[in-house]
Amino acid sequence: MQRSFIAKNPSILIFLALLALFTLGVTVLSEGFGIGVISTSFVKTLGKTLCLCLIAVAMDLIWGFTGILSLGHFAFFGLGGYMIGMWLMYERTRMIVVDSLSQSEIPATQSEIVDAIGNQIFGVVGSSEFPLIWIFADSLFLQLLMVVLVPGLLALVFGWLAFRSRVTGVYLSILTQAMTLALALYLFQNDSGLRGNNGLSGLQNLPGVTASQDAVSMWFLWASAFALGAGYLLAAWVVSGKFGSVIKGIRDNEARVRFLGYSVEAYKLTVFTLTACIAAIAGALYYPQAGIINPAEIAPIASIYLAVWVAIGGRGRLYGAVIGAALVSLLSSWFTGGQAPDIPLGVYTIKWVDWWLVLLGLSFVLVTLFAPKGMGGLIDLWTDRRSPDRHGADLGPDAGALREQEAEQ
Amino acid sequence: MSTLLEVSGVSVTFDGFRAINNLSFSIGDAELRAVIGPNGAGKTTFMDIVTGKTKPDEGRVIWGEKSISLLKLSEAKIAQAGVGRKFQKPTVFEDQTVEENLTMALKKPRGWMAVLTYKPTASDRAKVVDLAKQIGLTDALERKSGELSHGQKQWLEIGMLLAQEPRLLLVDEPAAGMTPEEREHTTDILLEAAKTRAVVVVEHDMEFVRRLNCRVTVLHEGAVLAEGSLDHVTSNQDVIDVYLGR
Ligand SMILES: Nc1ncnc2c1ncn2[C@@H]1O[C@H](COP(=O)(O)OP(=O)(O)OP(=O)(O)O)[C@@H](O)[C@H]1O
Ligand SMILES: [Mg+2]
Repeated sequence: MQRSFIAKNPSILIFLALLALFTLGVTVLSEGFGIGVISTSFVKTLGKTLCLCLIAVAMDLIWGFTGILSLGHFAFFGLGGYMIGMWLMYERTRMIVVDSLSQSEIPATQSEIVDAIGNQIFGVVGSSEFPLIWIFADSLFLQLLMVVLVPGLLALVFGWLAFRSRVTGVYLSILTQAMTLALALYLFQNDSGLRGNNGLSGLQNLPGVTASQDAVSMWFLWASAFALGAGYLLAAWVVSGKFGSVIKGIRDNEARVRFLGYSVEAYKLTVFTLTACIAAIAGALYYPQAGIINPAEIAPIASIYLAVWVAIGGRGRLYGAVIGAALVSLLSSWFTGGQAPDIPLGVYTIKWVDWWLVLLGLSFVLVTLFAPKGMGGLIDLWTDRRSPDRHGADLGPDAGALREQEAEQ
Repeated sequence: MSTLLEVSGVSVTFDGFRAINNLSFSIGDAELRAVIGPNGAGKTTFMDIVTGKTKPDEGRVIWGEKSISLLKLSEAKIAQAGVGRKFQKPTVFEDQTVEENLTMALKKPRGWMAVLTYKPTASDRAKVVDLAKQIGLTDALERKSGELSHGQKQWLEIGMLLAQEPRLLLVDEPAAGMTPEEREHTTDILLEAAKTRAVVVVEHDMEFVRRLNCRVTVLHEGAVLAEGSLDHVTSNQDVIDVYLGR
């Protein structure tokens, strides 16, 4: 009766199928590859949303399953974005520089080219020297490695220090906020080597790619969808087996897990680092779609929003995190983008741009009070009603489960 | 019979209050021992010290043939060395099934990588089923342990202890809140376990202790007041004064 973990969790297949359907639908409706119903800028919004769903999955893993309320995962997300941004900016500038220097009569030397690139990139912060952290920026491969290595290493060191001293609960959350704040403040400095508050820009232009943004936006949507699918699968696998049992045990009763002989600190560190890497990959896919990254993206509040999404979506269930992130971030851009109609009340007009945060805060409070399982809990209600308790018997073929879902739609 | 655990001259102070006062205690390889004493005598604190939860101010805790000091080890390492513990208040993982609870406790590598790639073998599964039978939870394997009755949770916790295959079992008030039949079953499980390992049982219920039919240690104000057979200690005047006479 040893069944694969997917067979035991039919919700994974449902999720992947819906994700594939969504991707296919957007492709067909897009300007780049389809009938042009969805604008390219909205394709980018959707692609970015998929990345936010991915970091929400990471957040659910660390908070919903392991019980560590990290309010610092957007730092890893941002770092991932910076790492890929460095290559994008370097390489694109290099091409422009090489192109313009090739017009001159004497061929430029290697160091002249590098100097010119430095001038272009760091002119805004009054410098032209390449800081040491750009040492790998000329290699896509190495810089891609940096996407996971730098945030992963930061998480490893930070987590090791925090977990080893048994910092837990609110204190740990505050510590993660402090880490995010420190990183953001550091990046704001002009001599941080990452262009201070200018950040890195022009990231939507892939070096050497002549395809239009209509096409590039779809490539990134596909890549984001793939990453979300893979990340979801990985997270579902991690929580399905004995490892999942142990981390849920840590969430519910840390001391008991210790007395079973598990090193709680090692497990926390593993999950913290793993989720930091997932967050970094999500960020590395997000910022080329956003086009720009600056230190404001790493502001402590961003990580708090992340926790709000996961709480509203329902922590402790991966699809809940995805639903929460997708819904809240899309609604947020709708309300704050000025698209939501204002509500005139005679004496006062409710402008959603101002009132959206109040609405979000209110829904957060309401969900915490009245639906602690979040929106994912609604799916529970629905499945409980639909499927009678089979007392552990086989749930039937997964294909059947899929058809059920389709019939409902 | 060689000594498995030797606690000597241990003292613990909480905010100036001496909960354990120069306590010495030792137990052999395959021995059953009951520890009794009034509320606040330091019974639970004694277990906290052995399992590494509380570090004593002074004293030694020596373990096994190699005479390792447990004071330097973390809780997890002490558990891996072979000390299993059942808490006064039943603590099982309520959000998980009986099977998952038992599987987590099975004696298997504890490192995160081994656990991540762990697949239960046929013999692991058989062990879990066997344990479930021993603790009377065969039909409940698939149920969330939070749904179990108080007594069943106590057993599940004992089952998890046995699954760890510890060399020393520390059991804090296992029969609390159990019906007489459940108590009897618990006695049987403990007696069976003590055939192959050391078992320390803390219990208030004298009837229960009598059925264990073993050596008894009486704790009072953090120190040993008397030790010997149940009849021996119950006829001790000090014990009658501080504990039985009340
Ligand atoms: N962490 C702690 N901080 C302060 N005092 C403590 C702590 N743990 C135990 N004590 C005190 O130490 C004394 C011994 O407590 P302990 O729990 O070991 O008693 P016990 O023998 O297990 O009692 P019971 O039969 O009620 O379970 C008590 O007076 C208790 O209040
Ligand atoms: Mg006690």
